[in-house]
Amino acid sequence: MSLLIKGASVLGAEPTDVYVDGGVIREIGTVSATADEVVAASGLVLLPGLVDLHTHLRQPGREDAETVASGAAAAAAGGYTAVLAMANTSPVTDTAEAAVSVWELGREAGLADVFPVGAVTKGLAGEELAELALMNRSRAGVTVFSDDGRCVSDPRVMRRALEYVKAFGGVISQHSQDPSLAPYGSACCHEGELSGRLGLPGWPGVAEEVIVARDVMLARHTGSRVHVAHASTAGTVEVLRWAKAQAEKDGSWAVTAEVTPHHLLLTTDLLAGYDPTFKVNPPLRPAEDVEALRAALADGTIDAVATDHAPHARQDKEHAFVDAAFGMLGLEEALSVVSTVMVSSGLLDWAGVARVMSTTPARIAGLEGHGRPVAVGEPANLALVDPAATYVVDRDRSLSLSRNNPWHDRKLTGRVVSTYLRGKQTYAG
Amino acid sequence: MTRHLLSIDDVSAEEIQQLFATAAEMHDVQKREVKKLPALRGRTVINLFFEDSTRTRSSFEIAGKWLSADVINLSAKGSSASKGESLRDTVLTVTAMGVDGLVMRHSASGAAHQVAGWLDIPVINAGDGMHEHPTQALLDGYTLQRQLGGPGSLEGKRIAIVGDLTHSRVFRSNVKSLSKLGASVVAVAPPTLMPSGVAEWAKADGFATSYTLDDVLPEVDAVMMLRVQRERMSGGYFPTSREYTVGYGLTRQRLALLREGVPILHPGPMNRGLEISPEAADAASSRILDQVSAGVAIRMSVLYHLLAGEESA
Ligand SMILES: [Zn+2]
Repeated sequence: MSLLIKGASVLGAEPTDVYVDGGVIREIGTVSATADEVVAASGLVLLPGLVDLHTHLRQPGREDAETVASGAAAAAAGGYTAVLAMANTSPVTDTAEAAVSVWELGREAGLADVFPVGAVTKGLAGEELAELALMNRSRAGVTVFSDDGRCVSDPRVMRRALEYVKAFGGVISQHSQDPSLAPYGSACCHEGELSGRLGLPGWPGVAEEVIVARDVMLARHTGSRVHVAHASTAGTVEVLRWAKAQAEKDGSWAVTAEVTPHHLLLTTDLLAGYDPTFKVNPPLRPAEDVEALRAALADGTIDAVATDHAPHARQDKEHAFVDAAFGMLGLEEALSVVSTVMVSSGLLDWAGVARVMSTTPARIAGLEGHGRPVAVGEPANLALVDPAATYVVDRDRSLSLSRNNPWHDRKLTGRVVSTYLRGKQTYAG
Repeated sequence: MTRHLLSIDDVSAEEIQQLFATAAEMHDVQKREVKKLPALRGRTVINLFFEDSTRTRSSFEIAGKWLSADVINLSAKGSSASKGESLRDTVLTVTAMGVDGLVMRHSASGAAHQVAGWLDIPVINAGDGMHEHPTQALLDGYTLQRQLGGPGSLEGKRIAIVGDLTHSRVFRSNVKSLSKLGASVVAVAPPTLMPSGVAEWAKADGFATSYTLDDVLPEVDAVMMLRVQRERMSGGYFPTSREYTVGYGLTRQRLALLREGVPILHPGPMNRGLEISPEAADAASSRILDQVSAGVAIRMSVLYHLLAGEESA
């Protein structure tokens, strides 16, 4: 099966043709060959398939909210060809067998490559290390470990985890939340004037910043790699800026960071009506933090955009705000949000979008077939984007099984029109 | 008036005065031998309490009954979330039985707002977490206004609210209602019990804050003491109850700092000896029992305005 994409702008450059056969890019330029399928792509931007470092797929355990297959379909609709599925399922992905089963469900669905993230500690309890090396050596080839949803808050455990994964080049992705400063479950809203007025228990930015600061010191001490999941404050950006400068000087350790689309656009004032759709962890922050995160993504202090796609069944959000589940959907609109926030404002060009949403996340996770250049000989993992398309999000048109969509009724610019996984179309908009 | 009473934001200064005027009439009914008005005959009001509060529940119950409504008390404590039922399902089920109005208490801030969005009957917030307790604020304002000389008498008055402001729905509602009545509030607490962002908030809403009760008491026209929960000690908000009392309690010695006859309020239940001394609680200027009887009148007034319908309004 061959595919000819005609007149696409690769990473925003001059229009060209891209010829794909056998799942591999065979020719780029003015292509005269005919193909089984020809796509007229004039005016469209061609990007490498997107890679999400942070997805919750809810299988096993909460298949009513999402399955690996439905999540992969949503990923494909968002231009993703690879997603990393977080370990906080039920049971937790903390063994090789559990990791392989998630990986196989992804393979069966065939809509995006699903790479399980392994838990750092058994049962996410933060006490004993999970079988990190066995997960790595399994067919699932786990490289990223995270207790996401929980912070590895004991510094001794975090130190050992960072040391241990050095043996096989793993990385610890940390959910940075000091639970004594921002208790799990109760701290549900950015701590500030609005939480004071609303009478909601606050989640102060410093509860994130102290963990990020501690972890970069531990990564330096152990000579390991730490990845900061969903950075949400200007203070975190300051710590990262300092840490990256040190890491570059030392050359023996590394720190990377991701930001979510919602932390790039939404602000804490959306909580004024107590709508649990906007309840997320870490919480939405004030505009000053949002500005700092955008600037940090543009200048490389933050390396990647990751969705933290967190589907929830309707009834789990229809509680009082403090009792409702944390999290919001993200896979399908991520590219549109980044386009609206970063491209329209000139903070990033399309090559920059490819870097933060594909190339760098693939490098952080050590994925070989993803985040590759759009070049001859490379796997045809591709996303075609209409940069001019403007649309209003309708949560009922989602491929996710859940509807907790923070972008519902919002107008966004830039939209994925097609996704290809090794030359096979996985989404047609 | 709006359809619901979820927050003091829902009522204007004029509407507050209307509610007070009706409450004054209702207050007179309480002195009669037969305490019944027919206004809500045939109407059913449900008191749905997700959190215990005998005092507030009884006050709403008596208010409803004196207006001839059928009042049903339902305690939903721990029943919904623990059974996996959502809040939405719980209130839809309970109100599907032909209910005309819902009085709701919940331990979670915002719960009444959320519920009002799911229902098409009036919802009265009887306290939602740390957020608001609008009928308490109305009865406090009503009590003070009567004490200080009737409508308009709160204009320009300075009122101290003292205690655990962070966790207090009484504070959050009173700071709004007293401002609407023309008074200026000074909020007094140790820094650990001041709400987050209070500096910006106070600036925007025009109230003052202080960490020093002794500086504030000589200049106020009324003082409202808030209940302080002893478990705040284990939360590290203050070191010991003794230290709290020395800093922020309305002690016998501090009473002397108040000008003659300055009313003392407390929403109850009181911790005698912690935030308020027996001498202050039982002082001639204490209005604490007046607050309780005003509570019934205010709740009658609120139920009447929200539920009596056009024909009797
Ligand atoms: Zn997380």
